[in-house]
Amino acid sequence: MTQAPNVQQLVRGVLHGEKRAIARTISIIENNEPEAQKIISLIYPKTGRAHIVGITGPPGAGKSTLIEKLVKELRNRGKTVGVVAVDPTSPFTGGAFLGDRVRMQDLSTDEGVYIRSMATRNSLGGLAKATKDTAHVLDASGKDVIIVETVGAGQSEVEVIKVAHTVVVVLAPGLGDDIQAIKAGQMEIGDIFVVNKGDRENANKAVSDIKAMLEMNIEERGWKASVVKTSALTGEGIADLIESLEKHRAYVEMGALNQLRRARAEIELIEALKQKITESIVHDLRQKGEWMRITEKISARETDPYSAADTLLKQRLKTSAKI
Amino acid sequence: MSKKERKIRVLIAKPGLDSHDRGAKVVARALRDAGMEVIYTGLRQTPEQIVETALQEDVDVIGLSILSGAHTTLFPKTMELLKKKGLTDVLVFAGGIIPQEDVPMLKRIGIKEVFGPGTPTSTLIEFVQKSVSKTR
Repeated sequence: MTQAPNVQQLVRGVLHGEKRAIARTISIIENNEPEAQKIISLIYPKTGRAHIVGITGPPGAGKSTLIEKLVKELRNRGKTVGVVAVDPTSPFTGGAFLGDRVRMQDLSTDEGVYIRSMATRNSLGGLAKATKDTAHVLDASGKDVIIVETVGAGQSEVEVIKVAHTVVVVLAPGLGDDIQAIKAGQMEIGDIFVVNKGDRENANKAVSDIKAMLEMNIEERGWKASVVKTSALTGEGIADLIESLEKHRAYVEMGALNQLRRARAEIELIEALKQKITESIVHDLRQKGEWMRITEKISARETDPYSAADTLLKQRLKTSAKI
Repeated sequence: MSKKERKIRVLIAKPGLDSHDRGAKVVARALRDAGMEVIYTGLRQTPEQIVETALQEDVDVIGLSILSGAHTTLFPKTMELLKKKGLTDVLVFAGGIIPQEDVPMLKRIGIKEVFGPGTPTSTLIEFVQKSVSKTR
């Protein structure tokens, strides 16, 4: 970008669904540029309409292919869709290969679909924020359904899933031990479980295994997780999946409307606080040249992270009190 | 607020009917290993698909890879669409099987550089990094 972005113009563009404005705004958010917060505060009143669906699961389960089929069917039913496809950034090189679009080629020229590939970027817990704010932008631009796709392994991806109203866990039979895949925390976060590649012979067994595991959940949840068998290749089960999605959406809207909305607002506020506090303290210390000294003390075991954090926070609070 | 070093976003695209993408993937991996975010869209892309993707992904660079000889029609079409969509500040380079005599024409329509087979990936990486920092 060679000039400072015009915030009013971008917001206007986003609210009108203009792709260029949406694209630029998402970049501003991803790069945490100064205008980001202003833009979010201006579009926030126009958000809250879209159904945000998180799709996670092990690599090779066929998530992207399934998403393409799902989006096509949603389009047939007159919905507009946003897709945020998240892929890992290499901790060594800082680069990323964002290849989810390969499976969604047919969708690239559909006017009613917006797809954005996003790398995790390994920032200070900034992924969930960037994804959440991107979902807000797509919501404000008028998309009915926003799909957030991640790999589902690792802390960042679990955070991203919290961004969604409905979490779909996609599994495929024969991907190693299905039970193992489920145990990796996905049992707890899944609202809908999909067994993809349903044309395979062990698919039915996988479905009954998952149903059995869900029965074992002692905790009484308001929503009983559903299990859907799909084949992204043949399109089998897509209509059932959409039905489950709509049922869960209705549950979210109706049953726990205020409570859930408030709970989500709480999570967002806590995340925003964490982000701001961390960033300002770290920034401050870096400026003073203190950051390296303190982190070296920790790695030399002269202090521990928690005591250090305690001290830093106390100092920060003392300084604010003076003002 | 901390300003992260901006990532370079590159679209590696294969217009036309090429049947394999080994070269394109080698380039994609090299740019990724150089710290860039590389969007790859697969085989058989139309100019419309390429430009739409570049728009939505807000890329800084497009690398067009072609083996079939159809660059004489597909590249001008792509450049024209980029202009139409207002994406004139995107850096475009090309690679694959492109005869030397076609290079001047391609440069005239806005393709910054054409890299033949056997170009070291380091040359490519340096080119992208230098050219992008100029336009920012």
